[in-house]
Amino acid sequence: MKKLLILLFCLLPTFALAGEAQDMAADPVLEKRMIGLAEKLRCLVCQNESLASSHAELAEDLRREVREQMQKGMSDTEIIDYLVSRYGDFVLYEPPFKSYTLLLWFGPFALLLIGIGVLVFQLRQRRAAMPEPSLTPEAAEKAATLLEEESKA
Amino acid sequence: MMRFLLPLVIFIVLAGFLFVGLGLNPHEVPSPLIDKPAPMFTLPQLHEPKKTFSPAEMKGQVWLLNVWASWCVSCREEHPVLMALAQQNVVPIYGLNYKDKKEDGEVWLQRGGDPYVLSAMDREGRIGIDYGVYGVPETYVIDKQGVIRYKQIGPVNPQNLSETILPLVAELQKK
Repeated sequence: MKKLLILLFCLLPTFALAGEAQDMAADPVLEKRMIGLAEKLRCLVCQNESLASSHAELAEDLRREVREQMQKGMSDTEIIDYLVSRYGDFVLYEPPFKSYTLLLWFGPFALLLIGIGVLVFQLRQRRAAMPEPSLTPEAAEKAATLLEEESKA
Repeated sequence: MMRFLLPLVIFIVLAGFLFVGLGLNPHEVPSPLIDKPAPMFTLPQLHEPKKTFSPAEMKGQVWLLNVWASWCVSCREEHPVLMALAQQNVVPIYGLNYKDKKEDGEVWLQRGGDPYVLSAMDREGRIGIDYGVYGVPETYVIDKQGVIRYKQIGPVNPQNLSETILPLVAELQKK
């Protein structure tokens, strides 16, 4: 009797697993593909979470939608297009390359180039403005004697 | 002089951008559906599930599609505004009861009043996805040709109603 009880307790975790798996598709390969795609998509409710990690109800619905479309045989790009046509580019974590996102993509590099340009310009100007070191005749004579003494020693 | 002027100008420009940014609402994601035909659907009606509703029936009329749910907190704030609007009889309001139980939706309308000509039941939230719904309540202004002209994200309030929605409805009704 005791052994049977222990055996039953050992089985408990498997029941727990069965409860969690509800959201999963029967096909683990498809599920993996779905999660991979969902990681590139933004959850619109929480905004700073991906669709894969969000627990918002809408995220669950969208994961279901993505899963169903994959089962229908749609490609990743087709599914992304489907979501963008409904929720806009904002669902994408990586902003697309478009005319109005040029500033977003190149802005930082442009700023860096401007910064380097300003720095080089400033340094050149400073060098040009620096006076040539000049010595008074007395100081030059003193330096010469000092150097002479040094070489003798 | 230049030494101080340039950083000051940069500071002012940056502060200007940040100040504007403070006033923006990051939860208002512009909808790509504006000026596109409203997605079609056929859904059972909340009060008479045997009857269906489809946006196709609304051709030739300017109408509002309001996405609501009994579990939605902001809908409570919005509800009296919709009730008042329904009494004015300027534009028909149709409801999309989003991810709600039939009973809950009915109780909610009994309590607060029913501003809708009818409500369609989107139990699974699939039509919501077609309309790009992500934060209930949302309201769509749809023109006579069945094209979405405006989307209000978040509750309709007296201000956005009088400043944006009603002028737009009046303009669309004239066309």
